[in-house]
Amino acid sequence: MTAELIHRLHFAFTVTFHYLFPQLTMGLGLLIVAIKTVALRNGSAAWDRAAQFWGRIFGINFVFGVVTGIPMEFQFGTNWAQFARVSGGVIGQPLAMEGVFSFFLESAFLGLFLYGGSRLSKRMHWFSAVMVWLGSWISGFFIIVTDAWMQHPVAYDLVNGHYEVASFWQLLMNPWGLLQYIHNMTGATVTGCFVMAAVGAFYLLEGRNQEFGRIFLKVGVIAGLIASILIIFPTGDLHGKYVARHQPAAMAAMEGVFKTEPGAGIVLIGQPNEDTGKIDNPIVINNVLSFLIYGTTSATVTGLDRIPHDQWPTALPLLYYSYHIMAGLGTWFALLMIVSAFLLWRGRLYRVRWVQWALLLSFPLPYIANTAGWMTAELGRQPWLIYGLMRTSEGFSSTVSAANGLFTLLGFMGLYALLGLLFTVLMYREITHGLDAQPAAEPVHTDGL
Amino acid sequence: MGFIWFWLVAVMIVGYVVLDGFDLGVGVLHLFLVRNEAERRASLRSIGPVWDGNEVWLLAAGGTLYFAFPLLYASAFSGFYLPLMIVLWLLVARGVSLELRNHLDMGVWQTLLDRLFGIASALLTIFYGAALANVIRGVPLQADGYFFLPLWTNWKPGQLPGILDWYTIIGGLVALVALTLHGALWLTIKVSGDLAERARRIVHPLWIALAALTVISLVATIAVRPQTLDNYYRYPFTFVVPAGVLASLAAIQLWNRSPRRPQPVKAFLASCVYLFFMLAGACWGLYPTLLPASTSSGNDITLERAISGPHTLAVGLAWWLFGMALAVGYVVFVYSRFRGKADVEAGGH
Repeated sequence: MTAELIHRLHFAFTVTFHYLFPQLTMGLGLLIVAIKTVALRNGSAAWDRAAQFWGRIFGINFVFGVVTGIPMEFQFGTNWAQFARVSGGVIGQPLAMEGVFSFFLESAFLGLFLYGGSRLSKRMHWFSAVMVWLGSWISGFFIIVTDAWMQHPVAYDLVNGHYEVASFWQLLMNPWGLLQYIHNMTGATVTGCFVMAAVGAFYLLEGRNQEFGRIFLKVGVIAGLIASILIIFPTGDLHGKYVARHQPAAMAAMEGVFKTEPGAGIVLIGQPNEDTGKIDNPIVINNVLSFLIYGTTSATVTGLDRIPHDQWPTALPLLYYSYHIMAGLGTWFALLMIVSAFLLWRGRLYRVRWVQWALLLSFPLPYIANTAGWMTAELGRQPWLIYGLMRTSEGFSSTVSAANGLFTLLGFMGLYALLGLLFTVLMYREITHGLDAQPAAEPVHTDGL
Repeated sequence: MGFIWFWLVAVMIVGYVVLDGFDLGVGVLHLFLVRNEAERRASLRSIGPVWDGNEVWLLAAGGTLYFAFPLLYASAFSGFYLPLMIVLWLLVARGVSLELRNHLDMGVWQTLLDRLFGIASALLTIFYGAALANVIRGVPLQADGYFFLPLWTNWKPGQLPGILDWYTIIGGLVALVALTLHGALWLTIKVSGDLAERARRIVHPLWIALAALTVISLVATIAVRPQTLDNYYRYPFTFVVPAGVLASLAAIQLWNRSPRRPQPVKAFLASCVYLFFMLAGACWGLYPTLLPASTSSGNDITLERAISGPHTLAVGLAWWLFGMALAVGYVVFVYSRFRGKADVEAGGH
């Protein structure tokens, strides 16, 4: 195994695990504000309690997000030193801003939200929920700005072999970043909605905490319907069109377009074969891809045949599958939420068990879809580390040998496997006992929880 | 501009050490000072609403270092690869053991989590101290600005040292004792009853050890890197920094053992000042070098070599001042909301 591969796996593994937590907190942050607003308006104790319950879930996820997030901030330097040295003048900026503008806000107000119920007025408590949500979304923004610069570098100068910000405003307003941001935050909201709806469905199916089950289902399904539609149109659609124009190699690989042709079809099923340059056992709908990208069925879509082989995304089949998994699951989310919302409207959702089962079993899927979406973005960027400017093979820490990298990668794998187990236990307990009439023991507040 | 950013990063590191320092210290004390479940809960509750906010200072410092001094960030983080990864694992273990302890009633596992929390806290303080000592001693920088350090070589500071040698171990011990003392003073403020009294009493032996270690580390630093004194001789008024170290050290003892009435808040603030002067003194001893080379001083990473471009720094300064003013506002707000004792009995916050 080469050092480059180890360093790539190192970052990919740790960031994939890390993002399981923030995607939920970003989604939940918004939903907690919604619940809290209802509670504030109608003075309902149940809605207030519902917000508190999700606040605790948020808190657990926040802590796991923090402890797995610190390694991310460090790894630019530890594993990607040459990249950090070259790019620090640009993307060091948003990364530092995330810490300064978002984490202080989020951690401070989360402490207030979770501990401060008795010490704050109702309005102030609502305000701290809003600030927590804002903190989490600001954090997402700066990370996306960072990634967007790697995907689509703008507003930079090359000075003595490293990049400096030429226009701070343009760096923040990178069009790639804005599109990616709305798509990503909608994706996080989808996760939050499905988790909330799944817990609601779980309660109704088990016949416990029914009042809360209905609140969770209602909020999860209404917000989930909106988010599941927005994730496809317009956010996914706009982002896809932008990728097609600025990263044609990525788009060709995502869609499995080997041959440049007008009226390109969209591949629903099939395995990309890099040797033959064809899709095995394809199911294709003609002209659709051209229409989706360019708005006309006759437009020409650039295929991989027009792209020099050394600029093909390095993990082409994985990129293709990631994209198809994301898009396939996205379709399922919209379908399920439309059906659920219809039943909710007709007043039947709380009785129709098969839909409740479908919602319960679907909760892992947004995690998979969000992960696959990020893999699509980052594998699509390959072989570039900074698109068009620096190759991935030029960016890793040359002084950190493959053996040292593997040592710590294995360490992280072991540690995170344990962490995943513990997290599951914690969440299961919180969901099964978090709304019990008498909590088993007054929890020790140790962590902003 | 370089001068400003050097000290801004230093301020963030001091902020981190002073704030996360006391909760690390409480973690160390968790190993031997607390006697029963109620006391364990009280000591944890005293750091409850603030510890993760304290760790944010580390993140913010890391990010600031990244954009203000990319070369230093790249070189130091990849060169200190192994100890940094160990620090990350310890931070994960520490955060998660706290979290689990908070949420689960786990019987025998509770003891395991308490130990894990304490040991991880103790090791973190040692690593932080050793890390700072590594920066003072210097690392085998190559001409391209990179290096890689194994965990240890022959345990001596020299041309090709390891992360751990006798000098950096002294640094680790200073940090362990200083932050444990810092945590004990925090407990005297935040808990009550017998635990507070024991915390107050344990400060005394810790103080003696810290006084001895402080003197040893100052002497050792001058022996390992004589150039440390250059800045002080050039600007003699800066000897106020080592004098401040000694004065704050004395003040801790004075206020903590004040015969009439102990002054825990003042003693804790004196400990903050002590940490500030120790770190500021180390920074001033290095300035304008950021990371000295043990190989040849031509390979030193200096301020001038590592600093980002002027536009980056100018824009950065604007948002940094604004953002940190906000951040300090939140910190003050949260600490004021959670002012008062975290009682040994249930209740409090």
